[in-house]
Amino acid sequence: MGDHHHDHDHAHGHDHDHAPIEEVAAAPVEDRILETAIRELLIEKGVISAEDVHRQIDIVDSRNPALGARVVARAWTDPDFKARLIEHPLKTIQDTFGMDMTSPLELVVLENTPEVHNVVVCTLCSCYPRMLLGIPPAWYKAVDYRSRVVREPRAVLAEFGVTLPDAQEVRVSDSTADLRFLVLPARPEGTEGWSEEALAAIVTRDCMIGTGLPDPAVKRDEAA
Amino acid sequence: MLDAPYRYKPGDRVRVAQKPAERHCRTPSYLRGKPGVVMSVTGAYRNPSLLAFHKPGLPVIPLYRVRFRQDDVWEDVTGSPDSVAADIYEHWLLPADGSDTGETSHG
Repeated sequence: MGDHHHDHDHAHGHDHDHAPIEEVAAAPVEDRILETAIRELLIEKGVISAEDVHRQIDIVDSRNPALGARVVARAWTDPDFKARLIEHPLKTIQDTFGMDMTSPLELVVLENTPEVHNVVVCTLCSCYPRMLLGIPPAWYKAVDYRSRVVREPRAVLAEFGVTLPDAQEVRVSDSTADLRFLVLPARPEGTEGWSEEALAAIVTRDCMIGTGLPDPAVKRDEAA
Repeated sequence: MLDAPYRYKPGDRVRVAQKPAERHCRTPSYLRGKPGVVMSVTGAYRNPSLLAFHKPGLPVIPLYRVRFRQDDVWEDVTGSPDSVAADIYEHWLLPADGSDTGETSHG
């Protein structure tokens, strides 16, 4: 930020460019005050209860990349599960893992193959498979990622440390409507005979967005 | 329920209409006017441009998953193996060979 060392609270109207790191900071204080005010009013007027709010927070907290990783690891080890996952993703996850997957949105599983590598974005806002993976990472919601990954996908992937063969199609799925996307990465070589837990441990959140690849070298000893 | 049958099927060549955006429009500007191929018919959904304003959003509109080649989306890209797949509502799609810009289509 160079010339921007002075302290102020950012409740400001000046027009300099903000570095990307500032765009991904916590919600502005005005937004947090607005959220608190609306929440308290809705509770006061009996539209929703405090319990409703806490229940919803609990649901959101229960959805995280670890859940997605279990789904991917199961798909790698159980072909029948994988077939059902691709055919009916939310129902299969609900039936297998016991999570309530009721959602007005549909989940689509995008399987990576030697021919196609899938990457997910929402260029319009921040649509994300929250019902499975929880809250998206800050960079996923940043203008930088959203605008660039459809324009120069390979350059963006390289910044994530992912370099793909020229012949493999990079297919960027833009979450424009009622579908949400989960990337099913390819099971890496060198993981033959691994337990489902060991496999899940190498499935990172980025692998399921398509900005990462599972790396057997990071296998944690305790998970083996 | 759908009023009419689905207009497109997988493999159909289509073009995204070049028309002014609706409020809460879910058709990204970078794809407007661009040619693509229908990958799948994903179902029929309430109109998001109406839902966003607390309207019922009915009748439901068919939604298609459409694949666009990077070469067709960006003028300065040639010979790329890469693509964008986006979900486009039927009232934003036209047959690829038509000269209609979509200005007069419903929605």
